[in-house]
Order: sequence, then structure tokens, then C-alpha cells
Amino acid sequence: MSEHCENCEHQDKLLKLRDIIEQKRGEQGALMPVLQGAQELFGCVPMDVQKFIAQEMHVTLSEVYGVATFYSQFALEPKGKYVISVCMGTACYVKGSQAVLDKLGEVLGLKSGETSADGKFTLSATRCLGACGLAPVMTINEDVHGRLTPEAIPGILATYQEG
Amino acid sequence: MSEQMINLTIDGIPVEVPQGTTVLKAARKVGIRIPTLCFLEEINEIGACRVCVVDYGARSLQAACVLPATNGMKVKTNTPEVREARRTVVELILSNHDKKCLSCVRSQNCELQKLSLELGVADENTFSGEQTAHPIDDGSVSIVRDNNKCILCRRCVAACYGTQAVGVIGPVKRGFHTAIESAWGMGLSDTACIGCGQCIAACPVGALREKDEASYVWRMLGDETLHTVVQTAPAVRAALGEEFGLPMGTNVTGKMAAALRRLGFSKVFDTDFAADLTIMEEATELVGRMQNGGVLPMITSCSPGWVNYCETFHPEFLPNLSSCKSPHEMMGALVKTYYADKVGVPAQDIRVVSVMPCTAKKYEADRPELAGSGYPDVDAVITTRELARMIKSAGIDFVNLPDEPFDRLLGDSTGAAVIFGATGGVMEAALRTAYEVLTGETLGNLDFHGVRGVKGIKEATVQIGDLALNVAVANGTANAGELLDAIKRGEKSYHFIEIMGCPGGCVTGGGQPIVSAQDRMARDPRMVRAQALYQADADMPVRKSHENPEIKQIYRDFLEKPNSHKSHELLHTHYIARPLYHEGAR
Repeated sequence: MSEHCENCEHQDKLLKLRDIIEQKRGEQGALMPVLQGAQELFGCVPMDVQKFIAQEMHVTLSEVYGVATFYSQFALEPKGKYVISVCMGTACYVKGSQAVLDKLGEVLGLKSGETSADGKFTLSATRCLGACGLAPVMTINEDVHGRLTPEAIPGILATYQEG
Repeated sequence: MSEQMINLTIDGIPVEVPQGTTVLKAARKVGIRIPTLCFLEEINEIGACRVCVVDYGARSLQAACVLPATNGMKVKTNTPEVREARRTVVELILSNHDKKCLSCVRSQNCELQKLSLELGVADENTFSGEQTAHPIDDGSVSIVRDNNKCILCRRCVAACYGTQAVGVIGPVKRGFHTAIESAWGMGLSDTACIGCGQCIAACPVGALREKDEASYVWRMLGDETLHTVVQTAPAVRAALGEEFGLPMGTNVTGKMAAALRRLGFSKVFDTDFAADLTIMEEATELVGRMQNGGVLPMITSCSPGWVNYCETFHPEFLPNLSSCKSPHEMMGALVKTYYADKVGVPAQDIRVVSVMPCTAKKYEADRPELAGSGYPDVDAVITTRELARMIKSAGIDFVNLPDEPFDRLLGDSTGAAVIFGATGGVMEAALRTAYEVLTGETLGNLDFHGVRGVKGIKEATVQIGDLALNVAVANGTANAGELLDAIKRGEKSYHFIEIMGCPGGCVTGGGQPIVSAQDRMARDPRMVRAQALYQADADMPVRKSHENPEIKQIYRDFLEKPNSHKSHELLHTHYIARPLYHEGAR
């Protein structure tokens, strides 16, 4: 794909984002839903998108960035194709989720919050996923993996390496 | 309709206040000073820090700064529980604060330090644990931010967003990792920061300070090959004394000149002289614009915070800005030409230091276009606070100094110049001269009360002969923005506008002695310091710029006439539209 087309796609998304902003214009607390819309469109809210939001909504970039960094649901950089979320809730933690997270970090060469250079995996630690019966548990996108051990990690990751 | 009154008791003392009054203010009425930290009257009233908690029988202690007084309320401000809660709050703040008080620029003028003492904190490490570590942002030529000292009170954020409508710093991240920062980790110099320093004036601790140039000035003074002259802005004399324990509003002009001479400056000149010159140039420019169909309204350009704001946020008004340089830049250009010739010192050996109430002046002096003689007009700008530190470190007994005059040639000034330091002052000074130049008559009453005072936007119509001159005065860039928007919408129309970047004008500029939140509640420094300048004006033998003998002399001997070719070369400038974010910002 040429760079030109990627650029066209980006411009297209910005136009869609402008529509979202228009719908929310004048509403109290509109910044949150606008940021959510942006994240859905772009997969994250990078600097140029935040500047666009600031300009269109007549707020400062500082305010946009402040909200985007306050809520963990917003990502500033693109996330990987597969987002791995390791549960750090009480039950999972007691059952050894830290060791699972450490093993994932070791195999992928990532720290929590980082994305691999090939854009494939994002590793993150998360609060309780509500699947305490399966502790320790992690999700990879929509897939739930339970009763994990560090030893099981390379095998699980291998099934995603293919795709 | 009369205001509804509320009756309550505070520590058993009955007090009556208008509805809507907070417990904090009601308490002050009966002499009870509830401690505060995040509170800054009319700027930051958010009840965040919990230092001002009181007990009124509710389930938990409440923050007095945001607690409205209600009928029958029985408030206790001094119970063991209240005292312990306040102390614990301060101890928790101290647990993640860089406590290097000995080398801190705000030592002895720090609200956190004062509270720690007052509330009886016995150990600054009561709660020890993880501390956040932040790099110091010193990329701006005006302002240094040190988040290791930041207590997250948000007073600077409120000043930047609210008072100034700039909004380049705000809270980022959350919980333990919360910090006051610019977006995307930009340094202040990458943002639209206008350098006004109102964040510094708002900061209760040492997290914000001016970029130090005093050490540079010390080096100049120690270099015998240099001829270093100094000039002082009008507002400095109305506040410098506070740094030496003199009451707010004490005019220390004579002691200041004496102290500067003792520091070793070759000549002590007065920016007030250049303020008179500014009036000559600016009034002539205004008359020219009005007679020749030039761009109106003309807007003053002596406040560099305002000029930065205009260049960044309202570049469509750049043609309205007076082309006059600010007074200290005019002075610098003349020192390196007119004065250099008179004393026979080459311009390259002369250094000009400006003592300013302002942090944006540091940025202004750095502008490459401000070099009328081929050398920078001004080589260093120090704030009133930096000068006070220099005087202290030189061991000068400031309070007991004799009064000394400024040096001649560029040291004479009028009452019109000294009021430049207060909002409305430039307008009033310009009106005194414009009236007499346009009508050829002597102005009877020199006081234009309509443009005085601390109201954000002031308007007046002044009859000058047949002409009804519509003028406006704005102080604080949020007010300036509001005024410009009204003009753009076609709701307002003026001939001449004075804008000062800081609320109150230069007397409360970002480089002035810092007044604590508690002291601000007792006395408004915008009014008390301005009063010192208006008194100085009233006491002056000459109160109109065009009657200053040295001004007459410089036009006769050197500049020929206002707005002459030479004036344009040395005393006028141009402006540049600036982006919201700078190249190189990530």
C-alpha cells in the first residue's frame, strides 16, 4: 500500500471524527465521548488526533492530553494486533499472576504497557477481570486463558505467532 | 433588594455574613485565620488540599474554603481532631516533596514551609516512602518548572487557564503519577506559554521560578572591560521594599538607585525616562493613524506577555499593535547609541541590564529583531526578586540606605511615566500628551479616573477638542482575549486600547515579590502597589511626558522628532505570528 493511501485513510477518519465532534458540540463533558470515538476510529489517540480535537473543540491540547492520560482506557500509541491483559486482581495475584506477567515479559521482551516493535503484541497488567474462578487469568483480545502457569505461556503465545 | 444574611458561630463567636460566604471568609471576619494551601482567592477555590478543614458537626471534617456558611452552623476550627487532620495532610504532602529548603528560592516565603511550622510538623519524614522523580523543565528563557517541589495544588493551572486563558500546563496521568505538565511532555518553550509568570506568582512553593540571570549579571559586573549600566521599570520601586520587610506599597525609588550603585553598575538609569519617550512615540503614532486612515484601534505594545499572547492567539490583531518597542528596549537602544557617543564608550563594550517586574521581558530581550544599534538592546533582564537576592548577597543594608537619584541624561522622568506600572497608566499618560498635542491647550485635570482601578476591562470616552476618543484598558490576557473577541464580533469599537498581560498590570507582574494567598486576602497588592505609583505621580513636579527636559533634549540633540527616521530605526519594531506548538515539539 502506498503512503498516499494511508494518508487518505487518516484524513477520512479525521472527517468522521469531526462529525462526532459536531454531534457533541455544546454538550457538557463532551471531551470524553469524543476521545472514545477517536480511539475507536484510530485504535489510539496520538498527538495529531489530540491536536485536531483541541482545535475543533476550542479547548487546549493540555486539557485533551490530561483527560487522555487520566483514563487507562485511552492509548496514546497504537496497540498491538493482540492485546494481552494479565489480571492483577486479588485472586489472580494470590494465585501467581505476577509470575505469569513476568514470563510474558521475558518471552516477548516487553514491559507492561509496551508494544512489540513488529506491532503484534501489547502487554498490559489489568485490574480484576471478573473471572476469579479461573485465576490466574489473562485475555488476549477476546480470548480468555485461565488457570495459567508460567510454563504454559510459550505454547499459548505460539498459537498467536502464526496469525 | 438587600442581601440575605446568614448567622453562625465560629469557635463560639457569633458572626453575620451575606449568603454564599464561605466559612473560611466568615472566620476571617472574626479574626480567625484558617490555614490554606491550594486556595487562592478568586483564582483557585477547589477544596483540594484539605488543609483548611473544620468541624461543624457533619460526619467528617469539611474544607472551609468551599463550605458555604449556613444559618445556625456551629463551626469549630481549633479542635484536637482538626489540628491533627491538618498536620497529617501537610505531612502526607511532605512525603512526596523535595525538601531541600536550604537551597530553595522560596525558602522563608513558602506556604508549605510556613504551614509545617505553624501546624507543628515534628518530622518532615513522618511518612517515608516512594517519591516521584521529575526532570526540571528549564528550556524556557522565562520560567523554570521543578515538579519535584510541586504539591499539585493547581494554583498555577488556574492562573494559566483562567486568569490568562493560555492553558499550557495541566494535570496529567493519575493517582501517585499525577503531575502538572505540558501536553506530551513538551517543555514550556515548545508550547504557547507567553512567559507572563502568573504561574510563579500563584505557586505556594518552589515548583515555579524565573530563569535566573543574576549570575550572568554578576559576571558582567566583575568584568572590568565592560561598561555595565542598569535601568529599572516603574513597578519595581513599588514592590522591591517588600523583600526587605517594608510594608506593601512602600516606594523605595531612592534606596533602589543607591543599592544598584553599590552593586557596581556604572550608571543607574530609569526606564521611566524611556516610558516618557514611549508616550511621545506612541501618541504620535496614534495621531498619525487617526489622521492618515491607519489601522485602528491601536493597541499598546509595552507588555511582552501581552505581545506574546497576541502573536500566538490573536495574530489577526498584529497590525493593530503599536510599532513602539517597550520602554526598556528603547532605553537599551539609546544607551548603545546616544549614550555611547556621549561617554565615548564603544557599543560592543556596553552591557544593559534591565530590572523588571516581569518574566516575559527575558524572552523579549532575547528577540533577535530587538537590536537597534546592531547589538542587543538589552543584554540581561532580572526580575525584582532576583535584584532583591543580589542586594542581599552583597550584604547591602537596604532599609537603611540613603535615597539617591538616578543618573542624568537617561534618568529624568515624569509622573506620566511612573504610572506605567499600573493597569490604565499607559493610557492615562498617553491621554495627557495626546490631548495637549492635538488641541494645543493645557490640560486642566491630569487625572483620568475612568481608566484606573483593577477591573478587568475598563472603557472611557475622552473628549479631545472636537474628537470623542473611545478608549479601553484590559489587564490579564483572559480579559484581553474577551475584549478582542467583542471587537471582532463588531460589538465594540475603539480608537486606542491599553493591554497589560498581567492582572493589575506590572505592579503584580510575574517577576514581582510573591504575596502569599493569606496576605492577598488581607490586602490586594494590585491596588496597594498601584497606589504607591499614583502617589509618586501626584508628587512629581512634572507630570506630562512631553514636558520631561531630557526628552526635549534627546529629540533636539539626537532623534529630531517623534516617529522620525532615526526613531523608527531605534525605537520601533515589528511582530510575528507564532504557532501554538513549536517545531521540534515531539
